Amino acid sequence: MRLDFSPQEETFRREAATWLEGQLSGPFADLRTGRAHDISAPERRKEWERALGRARWSAIGWPEEYGGRNATLAEQVIFAEEYARARAPGRLGHLGIELCGPTILALGTEAQKRRFLPKMSAGEEYWCQGYSEPNAGSDLSNVRTRARLEKGPNGPEWVIEGQKTWTSLAQFADWCFLVTRTEEGSTGARGLSYLLVPMHQKGVTIRPIRQMTGEAEFNETFFDGARTAAENVVGAPGEGWKVAMATLSFERGASTLAQQMGFRNQLDAIIGAAKDNGAARDPLIRQRLAEAYAGLKIMRASSLRMLTSAQSGKLSPEAFTYKIFWATWHRKLGELAMDVLGPAGELGTAAPYELQELTKMFLFSRADTIYAGTNQVQRNIIAERALGLPKEPRGGA
Amino acid sequence: MQFAFTEEQDLIREAAQTFFREHGASQRVRAAMETPLGYDEGSWATMVREMGWAGIALPESVGGTGLGNVELAILQEEAGRCVQPSPFFSTVCLAAPAIRHAGTPAQQESLLGPIATGEARAALALTGAGGAPGLEGIGVTLERSGRKSRLVGEASYVVHGHAADLLVVAARSPGSRGAEGVSLIALPAGTKGVRIEKLVALDLTRPMARIRLENVEVTTTQILGEPEAAAAALTQALRLAQIALAAEQTGGAQGALETTTAYAKQRVQFGRAIGSFQAIKHRLADMMIAAEAAKSAAYYAACIADTAIGELAEAAAIAKSRCSDAFFDCAANMVQLHGGIGFTWEHDAQLYFKRARASSTLLGTPQYHRELLAQLMGLGAAS
Repeated sequence: MRLDFSPQEETFRREAATWLEGQLSGPFADLRTGRAHDISAPERRKEWERALGRARWSAIGWPEEYGGRNATLAEQVIFAEEYARARAPGRLGHLGIELCGPTILALGTEAQKRRFLPKMSAGEEYWCQGYSEPNAGSDLSNVRTRARLEKGPNGPEWVIEGQKTWTSLAQFADWCFLVTRTEEGSTGARGLSYLLVPMHQKGVTIRPIRQMTGEAEFNETFFDGARTAAENVVGAPGEGWKVAMATLSFERGASTLAQQMGFRNQLDAIIGAAKDNGAARDPLIRQRLAEAYAGLKIMRASSLRMLTSAQSGKLSPEAFTYKIFWATWHRKLGELAMDVLGPAGELGTAAPYELQELTKMFLFSRADTIYAGTNQVQRNIIAERALGLPKEPRGGA
Repeated sequence: MQFAFTEEQDLIREAAQTFFREHGASQRVRAAMETPLGYDEGSWATMVREMGWAGIALPESVGGTGLGNVELAILQEEAGRCVQPSPFFSTVCLAAPAIRHAGTPAQQESLLGPIATGEARAALALTGAGGAPGLEGIGVTLERSGRKSRLVGEASYVVHGHAADLLVVAARSPGSRGAEGVSLIALPAGTKGVRIEKLVALDLTRPMARIRLENVEVTTTQILGEPEAAAAALTQALRLAQIALAAEQTGGAQGALETTTAYAKQRVQFGRAIGSFQAIKHRLADMMIAAEAAKSAAYYAACIADTAIGELAEAAAIAKSRCSDAFFDCAANMVQLHGGIGFTWEHDAQLYFKRARASSTLLGTPQYHRELLAQLMGLGAAS
């Protein structure tokens, strides 16, 4: 058990830090925000993604032939930390690079890897995730979107009907990885398929959903006779549930470290505000700031435990608890921010509804304990899968 | 970077689990805690003589195994999982690091040798009647005049002080404060003027003693290192002890979780196992979340202690505060989820609950460590 990095790894760290610094103090200085949830300036963000791709910093864990560097786990950890330390912007390509790409790498065909991965890592094609539906939220297997195979001009095609919701970044996406029912009359986790669907076509309509922050990162996405080629299915048709679950397991990758560095920036901002306005002298605020700091350090240690075990193919117990831990921590951080800022935190910066960064974080963090499995669903998963308690009875209809 | 246990460390854990399955069994724990000594002498002899665990983190030069704080944490975790009573914590985790960090090479050899081989049980007499943790709580005075010195005062809350062969006494020069004037003195328990009284402690599995020192004469060779210059060494030793205690608390949290999960699967009410109700499931899930976070904190701190990277002070404060809270939450849930039986003397839930409360206080409460952390974070002084 050791936490230090080798001299070669430290060399790698310097290489990454130097490149990031050069870009973010040079051609991309305008993007040095460190904000994870930022949908402004999409064209500039795409240029940034392409710059990452050209320098092979976009998907470093992937094989070289798909634009990666075959980076080791330690190198991925280092890059994720340096990326956030440099206050580089949130990745517009992250749904492809962190979720769909690893799924294709693990379960896709050779042709799919060659077709999709290089364009993903190069920042040429962007992806969104088509999982949730109005009636399939926590109960994801209740998917109603349907697809059937039909003859098309260039061979058989899937024809898709249905509605997805909470599709982040769909407005910038070229492709969607979509969980859809392909077996007539099937229910639950059976009869689903994992399709790759082009977004720029008649038959796909996107409607933004304005969220409580006032911004619209999420969308409703309607599929009305949308088409994709028959070969654009990952895994066997009907086996989509397994593939979709594999994708979710990639949410626990090295990018968790980058997320934590973003949290660190937020905590530092709160500490700065507390020192400025005197809240840092309040014994109760001090306790909460220390608690937040401790939680963040623990999150890093848990990530390193989780990543080290994943490397040897094991799912260690802390992996089950990771999502609810960080989400709950972050939600509490939002509350702490507001208590530190006091009344000044409740004033916006511009009309019609531009809020301060920390105030926005306070609002956005309410989503953290809902998306990617609510805290309640997470507790069920921990209880049933990690502790082996009896499964929830399923309702009839 | 490899934040997982090595094969060798896994073997140590397996050996510990095998040992504690027998020696940490409920009946054995309860029988031992009712005796005047408070622990099982046979179990202790096996631990320190056969298994050689007392020297696990001590250098080979004094007869130890030469392993580190991660290995010690593993043993502590497994001992904590069954709340086994023994003078291991007081001897190996408290007194030994104090000697090691404050003593001269000759003192280390003569005092740590018998600890490593299991011949000597030791205790750290640190906290005075006021109960304040750390250096500020020292209640013994070292009065020096020429080559002769005398110890006067009282140390209370001395873990396993009644069972110690050797006392390591923290003392202050008259009127000194902060890091000034702190000495550590090695004192055989039978020294004239030393009065040891076993106290009735909340936690029956970790008895404490009050030690009164009535003009106890000490020679220069008994003072570890330089007189009045032991503050840094003692602080370092206390941080290592906090980490070892945090590891033990992690084990306690895990033990509470395991016992309660097993009960929830087997106990039937309303025609179904109570573990099928979300009200129960979600509390068990919360216990696991707390226990896993505690493990991350304790392993991280133990690793820092061995590799000397990062800040030990910070890691110890994080581990002691989080593991204390996690253990208390898990033990409180253990009582609650067992229902009526969880409130009885007969059930082990009380042992976990009391150990959780007492170990939370020992070496500084979570609040105390969070305030330390606030200072380390650069928040300045509190108002």
